[in-house]
Amino acid sequence: MSAHGASEGPLERFAVSPTRRRRDKAARTAILAATVIALIPLVLIIYYLLRKGLGSWSVDFFTTDPTGNTFFKNSQIGGIKSAILGTLEIVALASAIAIPIGICMAIWLVEYGRQSRFANTVRFAVDVMTGVPSIIFGLFIYIALVVGTGSTYAGYKGSLALALLMLPVVIRAAEVILRLVPGELRESALALGAPRWRVTLRIVLPTALPGMLTGVLLAVARAAGETAPLLFTAGATLKTNFNVNQFTNSLPVQIYNDVISPTTSVEHRAWGAALTLVSMILLLNVLARFVSRRSRLG
Amino acid sequence: MEAAPVPGGGRAVLERSPLARLPDRALRYALTALAAAFLALIAYFFVRLVGEASPAFEKFGIFGFTFGRNWNVSAEHFGALPLLVGTLITSALALLIGVPVAVATAIYATELCPQRLRSPLTVLVELLAAVPSVVYGLWGIFFLAPKLQPAEQWLADRVSFIPFIGGGLVTIPNYFVTGLVLAIMILPIVSAISREVMATVPSDQKEAALGLGATRWEMIRTAVLPFSRAGIVGGAMLGLGRAIGETIAVTILIGDAPKLSGHLFEQGYSLAAVIANEFGEAQGLHRSALFAAGLVLFVLTLLVNAVARGFVLRAARPTRRQDAATDEAARHPETAGP
Repeated sequence: MSAHGASEGPLERFAVSPTRRRRDKAARTAILAATVIALIPLVLIIYYLLRKGLGSWSVDFFTTDPTGNTFFKNSQIGGIKSAILGTLEIVALASAIAIPIGICMAIWLVEYGRQSRFANTVRFAVDVMTGVPSIIFGLFIYIALVVGTGSTYAGYKGSLALALLMLPVVIRAAEVILRLVPGELRESALALGAPRWRVTLRIVLPTALPGMLTGVLLAVARAAGETAPLLFTAGATLKTNFNVNQFTNSLPVQIYNDVISPTTSVEHRAWGAALTLVSMILLLNVLARFVSRRSRLG
Repeated sequence: MEAAPVPGGGRAVLERSPLARLPDRALRYALTALAAAFLALIAYFFVRLVGEASPAFEKFGIFGFTFGRNWNVSAEHFGALPLLVGTLITSALALLIGVPVAVATAIYATELCPQRLRSPLTVLVELLAAVPSVVYGLWGIFFLAPKLQPAEQWLADRVSFIPFIGGGLVTIPNYFVTGLVLAIMILPIVSAISREVMATVPSDQKEAALGLGATRWEMIRTAVLPFSRAGIVGGAMLGLGRAIGETIAVTILIGDAPKLSGHLFEQGYSLAAVIANEFGEAQGLHRSALFAAGLVLFVLTLLVNAVARGFVLRAARPTRRQDAATDEAARHPETAGP
């Protein structure tokens, strides 16, 4: 830390008094200390994830299904194949639903709805949805698709719950970028005789798409780590399953069930699965940062 | 279909045939219908949630359910006060611990940090937001809670004369550990919003303070903090909304005991945790009570988020430039940051 304000020589009488200087030093030290404290949990989490998680990683860990939570030896608890594949299925389907709908909603808000009362109501609803706890989205889908329908949990219901969670994030991200598309671009296309729908779909959308990708990837990353919306929609199972109309396992639910299980041997599986999940999410985040650097808008 | 000759002279040449205008209308109507469907869907979910919760509200009364002191599954008696109190205690702890640290990191990153360290520091704090809730729960219950328990017991023994903190047997899952982990979880969002608001403090105000002979800290205290206060409060409230709705980490760490323990280092429960933990086996009135708990949680987060938005938007008023930045931060907390 460098000294500020203290001057020597003819400006001596403007010098900062020792008390004030001490106070400045103390405050700055406290701020630095708090910043270091903020980083301690991150270091500890990463350290423990690597230490415990890498220990349970092996080829078998990724190629076998888990064997449940009963009393097994470490070597018999199985891997997380069904959880990895299930997470990929559920999140891919959720993205396939939420991303197109979210972008369409954003296009409507920016190009058609604008500042109309209806559009502002929709914006308000999107704002409200952003703050809704994730478990409530699980309850919504449970009410709509599980209770009273005679059916039970299924992977696609988990996808719908995650899609609800992603939707407001995607809409917001896309709206921000669409607003950045210069009005001159639209006006020149319209002046050349292009109809409105062509301007929207062929000029505005392609210009904005690369910029939207960052927000979209962050939304996908957030959805991939969610446990609560999946508990009562996708359920949990041990077997690998490519049919999203049945119970589908996922990494977060697998970790949760291992953590709350009374058996300690499955703790290793939880750490290994957690390291896998965090790696996947970090990859998406890095990708989002990389993409945002390459976009011309935003 | 051929375009009929339109009376009116030269304009007709430029006019499109009705057929050519069809896609325009189709796109507009389709998108508008989508937006309407979105609103309808939200309304439908809300109405159904109220409907599913109503048996519990009818049995115990809205007030009697929300503030009932007893949550007893086997006796089929459901009062949500222990859950509500657990949610409020843990969220308040999260704010108490998390906000000062988050604001300090924001000050350090915007005012004190060497330019080269600024971006890496921001990225590191943002990394905390990338860790999923369940991983915080895993780390908290297997590492943090057991490591902290002796220290907590030592503290409780030393200050046994203070109610709520002192005395009693410290359990491994408890309110305090839950609040601490929640503090870590809300740190990135509070820090990101504080940082964005602080970045909009006009540099002439900061320079004026320094020019009058203020030290760095005095400049921060007299120029930066007053200017960004409303934004910081708004960010803290958004963090509070997160903490209240946080489910899985809390379920793992709070111990899932539906009692009004009145002790910081004892097991408790929260609104979100009770749903995650009991919903799978719940039937009849129990399930309705869990939906009702969900509704209470929903309303609570709505209130907190509305207040937060008010604060963040108020912070936005002084200048246009700040308006854009804080508005963005308020609407879009997930991607707030660099």
